[in-house]
Amino acid sequence: MSRQANRGTESKKMSSELFTLTYGALVTQLCKDYENDEDVNKQLDKMGYNIGVRLIEDFLARSNVGRCHDFRETADVIAKVAFKMYLGITPSITNWSPAGDEFSLILENNPLVDFVELPDNHSSLIYSNLLCGVLRGALEMVQMAVEAKFVQDTLKGDGVTEIRMRFIRRIEDNLPAGEE
Amino acid sequence: MADAALFEFLHMEMVAELWSHHYDPGPGGQKMSLSVLEGMGFRVGQALGERLPQETLAFREELDVLKFLCKDLWVAVFQKQMDSLRANHQGTYVLQDNSFPLLIRMASGLQYLEEAPKFLAFTCGLLRGTLSTLGIKSLVTASVASLPTCKFQVVIQKT
Repeated sequence: MSRQANRGTESKKMSSELFTLTYGALVTQLCKDYENDEDVNKQLDKMGYNIGVRLIEDFLARSNVGRCHDFRETADVIAKVAFKMYLGITPSITNWSPAGDEFSLILENNPLVDFVELPDNHSSLIYSNLLCGVLRGALEMVQMAVEAKFVQDTLKGDGVTEIRMRFIRRIEDNLPAGEE
Repeated sequence: MADAALFEFLHMEMVAELWSHHYDPGPGGQKMSLSVLEGMGFRVGQALGERLPQETLAFREELDVLKFLCKDLWVAVFQKQMDSLRANHQGTYVLQDNSFPLLIRMASGLQYLEEAPKFLAFTCGLLRGTLSTLGIKSLVTASVASLPTCKFQVVIQKT
């Protein structure tokens, strides 16, 4: 009987590590495929963007959140619903700009970097850059152009991981050319 | 704990990116891309296997290991068990999944049949990698007759 219980726990543990391990294998492969860290960072951002534009549908379907009325609501939904749903963590929201168009997400621990150490020759690598692309892509699909970037990273020795989010502008619905 | 959907989205994007980066339009060009994906799956499978505590690895027979793959590993990775396992008792096993999650989003039936192999390469490597950590050397291939059903063939290599 206890063997059965053990198996259940093992499945759960493997499942939680699968994404982290797969992500690690991806970054490793990209470092082989591209010559420098900057290119890897760009590729991670682009891949994240492609994931984000699809992920948003999955998110909206499963979370039942309504339309956000302002950037503050958006921040709450990102931190308390989206991060929780997909990564099982709830970053805190801090450092709002006076104009309310910038904030920081503070991740005490970043599940993507479990078991990861950056080797010395990859000091410019933004290991978790996929996340920035995901945020950018997902928000673009709900009519928000934003910039997301890492400003602190535990992998680089900082105490926490911090993503700075900046609202650029609202994206108006565009009609395809020729359909005015 | 990372949500299962995240892995699926990541996998889809990985296939798209690595396929286009490594694709060689010449004869046999597919193999390079497939082997990159398979190699990544192998490393992940090894790492997953390494994290299992010793007690769960006390398998009496080879068949127990395959059952473990069909139940525990498949549930952990795809939230479902493998639908069938056939063995020829000479080291060849066929594992069949009637609704393989990484193919479901694509289509059903015969459309996109040609695309299917690249969506299976990582998983073949995953199986091979986990087996490797469990002390078993194998060759794993996959075939699709009709989406989203697929069969993984595991051939144990006797050293």
